[in-house]
Amino acid sequence: MRVDLDYAVRVLPTLLRGAVTTLQATLGGMALALVLGLAFVLLLRSQNKWVSRPTRAVLEFVRGTPLLIQLFFLFYVLPEWGIRLGALGTGIFALGLHYSTYIAEVYRAGIESVPKGQWEASTALSFSRVDTWRRVVLPQAVITVLPMLGNYLVAMFKDTPLLATITVIEMLGAGLSAAASSYRYFEVFTLIGLIFLAMSLPAGALVRWLEAFNKRYA
Amino acid sequence: MAQWIPRLIDGLIITMQATLLGFALAVAVSFVVGLGSRIRVLRPVFRIYVEVFRGTSALVQLFYFFYVLPLLGVHLTPLVAGVTALGLNFGAYGSEVVRGAIEAVPRGQHEAALALNMPRWLAMYRVILPQAIRTMVPPFGNILVDLMKATALLSMISVGDLAFVGKQVLQSEGSAVGAYIPVMLMYFLFAVVLGRAVRGAERLASRGLGEVTA
Repeated sequence: MRVDLDYAVRVLPTLLRGAVTTLQATLGGMALALVLGLAFVLLLRSQNKWVSRPTRAVLEFVRGTPLLIQLFFLFYVLPEWGIRLGALGTGIFALGLHYSTYIAEVYRAGIESVPKGQWEASTALSFSRVDTWRRVVLPQAVITVLPMLGNYLVAMFKDTPLLATITVIEMLGAGLSAAASSYRYFEVFTLIGLIFLAMSLPAGALVRWLEAFNKRYA
Repeated sequence: MAQWIPRLIDGLIITMQATLLGFALAVAVSFVVGLGSRIRVLRPVFRIYVEVFRGTSALVQLFYFFYVLPLLGVHLTPLVAGVTALGLNFGAYGSEVVRGAIEAVPRGQHEAALALNMPRWLAMYRVILPQAIRTMVPPFGNILVDLMKATALLSMISVGDLAFVGKQVLQSEGSAVGAYIPVMLMYFLFAVVLGRAVRGAERLASRGLGEVTA
């Protein structure tokens, strides 16, 4: 097999255009996951067991089934129910929903990592419920969960190629359609791998830096 | 719908095979790389392997094994290509688990083994690993369940697993609910069974440890 560098240079812009969609899907999915995760953790912490138990069951179910199947399911079922999000919108929704079930656990761990004494001190200082959360609990919880959220962001980024299976032209989708006509799978997939590395290695380094920061100051 | 049940079960069996084979390979790779990284000359090679497989997408790796290897003259069946890709992908994560667990064993244990004049391999085998394995069990449990879910990707390279049968049901029955609800339930049940097995393994691993209460 001969490596065709000219072809690699020609196909690179196509892949980079796909990479823009990849980033949109990642950021959109993460934004949704952060919000849905918060909703889930609030329902999970509810005192009413008719709320907390079904929530737990939903989270376990979403976590126990493959993202790919959820993606197909939503892609075919949502239009049947009259919800039209388009391929990219459905992909973002599926990514956000899937990862929100993990992020809910991250939030829970973060909230539980704040010592009980901090809550008691807030009560002793007669902080309101809102002020306790805003000024005491959340600032401490956010710092602890930041590296974990970073890990999930990187994990979601690496799951975005699944969107190619529901016709989203992100990096893999763009690569597959280019390689289908040129049959230059080696060049295309190697480039895709390198673009992934170029983005996930710095992101991983940032996460490790955050972890080290926490260890030093926590 | 009922006529699909045997096909779905066949798909589930392939999903189970891919999960168990992939996990066996992932564990083997984890130990080879995790232990091998302790040998100075091998460290850079293993480091590159771990960063490449953790830094890129599992689906891209799968396609690489499926589309690119034949161009290099390596012909694998889809199931073998898929299991190899998953095993190497999750092995990269697992090797970090092995490395971390070994490093978490207190230094005094290494020093005591040295003081007793044990060769390095014997100290590893008799002293360090038996303690490290206990901390490895929960993260390897997560890897097992994640790997099981990732086997659905094998349907993209024409392996006839549960996800593949789901797509066939969708195409011939035209109902996404009818096709994917049974498929999701089967995946979920398999995940629950694996979760139970992992908790059993955790209890087994913590047996005889006074300070661990599970």
